[in-house]
Amino acid sequence: MEVERESLRARQPRARDLLRGDLEGKDLEQYVEERLLTTTLESALNWGRANALFPLTFGLACCAIEMMSMVTSRYDIARFGAEAFRASPRQADMIILSGRVSIKMAPVVRRVYDQMLEPKWVIAMGACSSSGGMFANYAVVQGADKFMPVDIHVPGCPPRPEALLHGFNKLQRLVRGQPDLGWRQRYNAVGTEEWARFEPGKPTAEAIERAALAVAPKHSETGARPDFAGDEDSHA
Amino acid sequence: MPDAPGLELIAQEIEEGRQGTVIETSFDHGRATLIVNPENVLHALTWLRDTPEQGYRFLSSLHAADYLPASPRFAVHYELLCRERVERIRVKALLNDPAGGETNGSSSAAEKLPQLDSCVALYPTAEFQEREAYDFFGIVFKGHPDLRRILMPEDYVGWPQRRDYPIGGEPVLFTHNEIESPRWFE
Amino acid sequence: MADDLLRDEADLTERGYSRLGEDPASPLVDAAEVAGQDLEGPGLEPEQEVLTINMGPHHPATHGVLRLIVTLQGERVLDLKPVMGYLHTGIEKNCEDKSYWKVIPFVERMDYLSYFFQMEAFCGCVERLIDLEIPPRASYLRVIHMELNRIMSHLVWLGTSALDLGAISMFWYCFRERDAILDLFEMSAGQRMHTRYFQVGGVFEDIPTGFGQKLRDFCALMPDRIDQYEALLDRNEIFLRRTRDVGVVSRERLLELGVTGPLLRAAGDPWDLRKADPYLAYGDFDFSIPVGTVGDGYDRYRVRLQEMRESVRIIVQALEGLPEGPWIADDRKYVLPPRDEVATSMEALIHHFKLVTEGYRVPPGEHYYAIESPRGELGCFVLADGSAKPARVHFRDPSFVNLQAFRDMSVGGLIADLIQNLAMLDPILGGVDR
Repeated sequence: MEVERESLRARQPRARDLLRGDLEGKDLEQYVEERLLTTTLESALNWGRANALFPLTFGLACCAIEMMSMVTSRYDIARFGAEAFRASPRQADMIILSGRVSIKMAPVVRRVYDQMLEPKWVIAMGACSSSGGMFANYAVVQGADKFMPVDIHVPGCPPRPEALLHGFNKLQRLVRGQPDLGWRQRYNAVGTEEWARFEPGKPTAEAIERAALAVAPKHSETGARPDFAGDEDSHA
Repeated sequence: MPDAPGLELIAQEIEEGRQGTVIETSFDHGRATLIVNPENVLHALTWLRDTPEQGYRFLSSLHAADYLPASPRFAVHYELLCRERVERIRVKALLNDPAGGETNGSSSAAEKLPQLDSCVALYPTAEFQEREAYDFFGIVFKGHPDLRRILMPEDYVGWPQRRDYPIGGEPVLFTHNEIESPRWFE
Repeated sequence: MADDLLRDEADLTERGYSRLGEDPASPLVDAAEVAGQDLEGPGLEPEQEVLTINMGPHHPATHGVLRLIVTLQGERVLDLKPVMGYLHTGIEKNCEDKSYWKVIPFVERMDYLSYFFQMEAFCGCVERLIDLEIPPRASYLRVIHMELNRIMSHLVWLGTSALDLGAISMFWYCFRERDAILDLFEMSAGQRMHTRYFQVGGVFEDIPTGFGQKLRDFCALMPDRIDQYEALLDRNEIFLRRTRDVGVVSRERLLELGVTGPLLRAAGDPWDLRKADPYLAYGDFDFSIPVGTVGDGYDRYRVRLQEMRESVRIIVQALEGLPEGPWIADDRKYVLPPRDEVATSMEALIHHFKLVTEGYRVPPGEHYYAIESPRGELGCFVLADGSAKPARVHFRDPSFVNLQAFRDMSVGGLIADLIQNLAMLDPILGGVDR
């Protein structure tokens, strides 16, 4: 006990040192800049939310086993602060739909999702909850986003725990307010949309595709590949 | 597995017990099958279970199959197992479709469903399995303590695993068939 | 503030009393409303407190999406109704639409912890229908993978059951070994779960170099790890109090209910299809069947742990005796020819084309083939009508049938014992609901 009190007393002058009342002007500014971080309340809150997401224990099928192994020591979601899986939807802020959503289960999922408090996020893990997966039949809802909003879809059947962690990291970036850009923004892709147009007078999907293929590089071309992003003299 | 002559003996003895039970016997891939009249299925099962030399006291599986377009259309299979001799025998009860092939898709009281006696009194393990056969094929087991749907939602209409029931699901969307399908991206 | 509380409590109690007094056996009394009330208060006999509550389908302890409607008297369970179907995927119906080759990934996903067993049940059934012999190397490789899967399934069971009972650390230890097994699966088949490794005729591909050594290392490591699990739980006072003499069902009743697997063996019946009716190469190996005495939760736990040890023994023997040779049968009508032949031989190319586009046709017939999965007898019924697609695929799933014993196990016990019974029953809802 004596030793501790002594070391505490020894630490006190150092704490007083930190306040550095003897710095002035530019030195003080630089000192403060090195040690303080200014941010908005929203960013701070989002940072806190992202690093302490509480998932809901919602294992449905095979993906649940991979989700469980994400919790365990090899893949360790505790590094990202999300090891506190909560059983009650009122205490959780993220739901990982791990598994196929059958038509009997869909209202239950929706009800549990509704019971969660804002802000809440949804990860659709695996092919079955993203799009019905391999089960295109009467019993499986073809994608959970038919009845509830989904933030992140993680492909795989089942996705590896690393894949789910990758999706989880994307969700964290989304929560922090810096969502990952889609590849079209990242690579400045132009004219790569594949949506069919319904408006009369606009080209049909086939026409769009044909025009896109016309400027695409062909196997018969040799030499350097032309720049694809809207370059005028790009075809050989 | 009882071999082919053994199977014939079994069929004969069951016939002696009650006429018109065994319609046919068949023996393929090493497995003996007794095809029985659905009215007398309980007699056949009781005989197989209670006769000391037979002793098929374990019901491995009770499942139904739809043989459309063959007639009779439905069959309920009873996979019996004698654990002492490790022998299996299959009892098959063939059922006609009283609705005559018309599927109005409604499970109202007006719909005629194939019926069979329940064997829950003989083999309590059949409870869930008969419910499953009812749920998927519409085969009614008379005498079952609690015959209702087990895997489909309680208010579901239709018998999903019948051969003429559509498989459901949605077509996979590509650009070429997106025009016919609703605009999913909105 | 205090006045408000008192008034609310009196209000609630009054409402609660009048509701309970009206109809003592009234079902669907809202548990939340009567919680926190003094139910032993004046005007109420203890026998009248019958409460029907709903557990699940979303519940941390139901091992999947199982809904239980439990009728309670105090904490004693009077009646229990399981409601299933929340994971029904229509796999059996979907299989009728796919060629036999494509059915294999579908049936894998039924009981999602014993995927090799489902593959074996289906492939074995189809092999019986077409009278195809698989080469001995394939047989041994199948046994190795199935026993590894058995260990993995028991590990997940142990981790999640201990988690349910409160022994939370077991979860991490068990999954550590499970990851080692999944590494082995990834080496041989390319994927951790749902590997599509077994094909009709044998296995998809031979094991790579290094697999044998890694498997040997794993088998050397595993018995020590099982010792560690036993050291944690075997003589743990809390575990013993919770599992001893809980959930006992007599052997005869279990047989009537069609229960097989570790539940039956814990009740004292040494029935195991690997020994009783050997399939694949199980006849070549020397292993024993662990059997319990009482049939309570503790026996079920001990039986499964011992089964893990026996599986390690089988794998070691299989690895020692692994024969050389082809890993898949030769019959080009059903099995893809090797890649190099497809490039050189016209006939092989045609076979490959036919198999990949249309698939092989199975002559008309039907067969039921049963194997021993970690949960009991897994049977596969295939009805073939001569085309390239099966006309009916049905799985006799052990969890589905074992769930019928749940009521017998839990009625009369406490609700905490109900959780323990469900854990020891080891139901996998993918198999129950298919």
